Amino acid sequence: MAVTALKDYQFEPADRVENFHGNQLLYVGWEDHLLFCAPFAFPFPPAMRFGDVVEQVLPAAFGYHPDFAKIDWAAAQWFKSGQPWTPDFNKSLADNGLGHKDVIRFRTPGLTGIKGACS
Amino acid sequence: MDMNVPKKKLSLKEKYSHMTRGLDWEPSYQSKDDVYPYAKYEGIKIHDWDKWEDPFRLTMDAYWKYQAEKERKLYAIIDAYAQNNGHLSVTDARYINTVKLFLTGVSPLEYMAHRGFAHVGRQLPGAGPRVACLMQSIDEIRHAQTQVHSLSNYNKYYNGLHDFRHMHDRVWYLSVPKSFFDDAITAGPFEFMVAIGFSFEYVLTNLLFVPFVSGAAYNGDMSAMTFGFSAQSDEARHMTLGLEVIKFMLEQDPDNLPIVQRWIDKWAWRGTRVLTLVAMMMDYMLPKRIMSWKEAWEVYFEENGGALFKDLARYGITMPKCIEDITKEKEHLSHQAWATFYNYGAAAAFHTWTPDEDEMNWLSEKYPDSFDKYYRPRLEYWRDEAAKGNRFYNKTLPMLCQVCQIPMLFTEPDDPTKICYRETQYKDDKYHFCSDHCKAIFEHEPEKYIQSWLPVHQIYQGNCFPEGTDPTAEGFDPLAAVLAYYHMNFGRDNLDFEGSEDQKNFDAWRGVATSND
Repeated sequence: MAVTALKDYQFEPADRVENFHGNQLLYVGWEDHLLFCAPFAFPFPPAMRFGDVVEQVLPAAFGYHPDFAKIDWAAAQWFKSGQPWTPDFNKSLADNGLGHKDVIRFRTPGLTGIKGACS
Repeated sequence: MDMNVPKKKLSLKEKYSHMTRGLDWEPSYQSKDDVYPYAKYEGIKIHDWDKWEDPFRLTMDAYWKYQAEKERKLYAIIDAYAQNNGHLSVTDARYINTVKLFLTGVSPLEYMAHRGFAHVGRQLPGAGPRVACLMQSIDEIRHAQTQVHSLSNYNKYYNGLHDFRHMHDRVWYLSVPKSFFDDAITAGPFEFMVAIGFSFEYVLTNLLFVPFVSGAAYNGDMSAMTFGFSAQSDEARHMTLGLEVIKFMLEQDPDNLPIVQRWIDKWAWRGTRVLTLVAMMMDYMLPKRIMSWKEAWEVYFEENGGALFKDLARYGITMPKCIEDITKEKEHLSHQAWATFYNYGAAAAFHTWTPDEDEMNWLSEKYPDSFDKYYRPRLEYWRDEAAKGNRFYNKTLPMLCQVCQIPMLFTEPDDPTKICYRETQYKDDKYHFCSDHCKAIFEHEPEKYIQSWLPVHQIYQGNCFPEGTDPTAEGFDPLAAVLAYYHMNFGRDNLDFEGSEDQKNFDAWRGVATSND
């Protein structure tokens, strides 16, 4: 049994995808920019276009940073669960292979935060 | 002639023995396993409860007498402090934010400790530990009460203290201490004793209480200092009990060793994660610093804890593996934690700020290898932007660790520029962790942690708005709805210290108290 318990103990996970009203969770982190203390969590419909996440959502989340306006998205490097990964901006999250609670990160070469301190 | 020889009075030891062993009995019409249903399922084997050495021998009459005396003194000081407007003699109003964090984050844990020890005191089959747990249970409810009473004085004058119990069960950062204790209290009685009795009360307690009580003393807070001292003699008893429990389990059966070791590893880590809040309090929130978090860790863990684990080595217990990573983290912990609260200062029930120049220099001096290189640039940037009217408030919710529930703010043990990401798959879902240690805890008991009430996910599920809220209505403001659910008053309890009502009132009242205008 995957828990120390007196008797049989099995429950649904608190965060199964059915609980998010048609959305799934996606976590997004920006490497070398710890001005943002932690990666972000977002609820998105799986049919959402990946490019819309980058163009519509990320500016509000990361736009405070002076580096954000300098990002060349064509040069950005992406990682999924830490492994190099290439998203297709015109495909949906689902078609990009992103499922519930996947974590992606992007690195923006040449941009290393406030005073180059990864802040 | 008959001599009327007065009967010799019982010694304390005899009295205690009568109260414990003497009042215990063997059940005859129920099986012992039915009377103590939680005693065996964790796998701990106890052959002879009479081998338990009572670590302290305190009878009920003596207990009431001591505690009543302490309470009389404590309440006299609290009253005097209140009557003399003692709150105006603290170093500056920023200090009061540590009080807010303590009342909302720690005092409710004292109450949970009361419940936990009452439960364990019922469930352990040995009479000696049952009585010891009962007394600790009473201590803990006293601590909760005296803290609430001492700190309630601040609630008359300052924001953010008005609904601490409601907040404790709901607010995102308070889920960290809450889930820590919920994890302990939902474990079996032996694990609870290792989690709270040993790891928290013995190994880590100095890192919580010394900084807080000394911090209160250094910053002119007589009332918090007094309840700290009033609890001190109890804490000494709690520590003895925590250590006795470990030794007893290890002496009873060699099969207990791996189980106990795993619990020590787990709870040393869980406890230290909770102490992240103390680290940032010491380095950022106390206007008059006592020592840095790094120094406190070196004194209270590396020196004292090192000696303890040397002592336990004869039972086969080794230093928890996580200590190596915690030792690396001591350079970074407080800075990363404070940066997080600065980010989410719109959703906290206390104020945040950037350290002034003197304070930054103090941090550089205390953290020569990390502060200037990694943390000063971001604090200076925030400070300069705030001066231009562009104070940073992060409005996007963070990713959380499934086990400790802290936002994923911790960096790789060997690279302070990279967030530490760990993940695992269990059944249909992915789970994410801040560290190898939280991941290992999950993987040992996934069925427990897949139920974690993670505040960010709960908000996205729509479970953290006031009743009757329609999140689909036009103009719906999720942050406002979540703060309403938390009972947090926007603009009063949260945001930067600079410009806060607390700051203005404190300055005005202190002005009245110290000048003739």
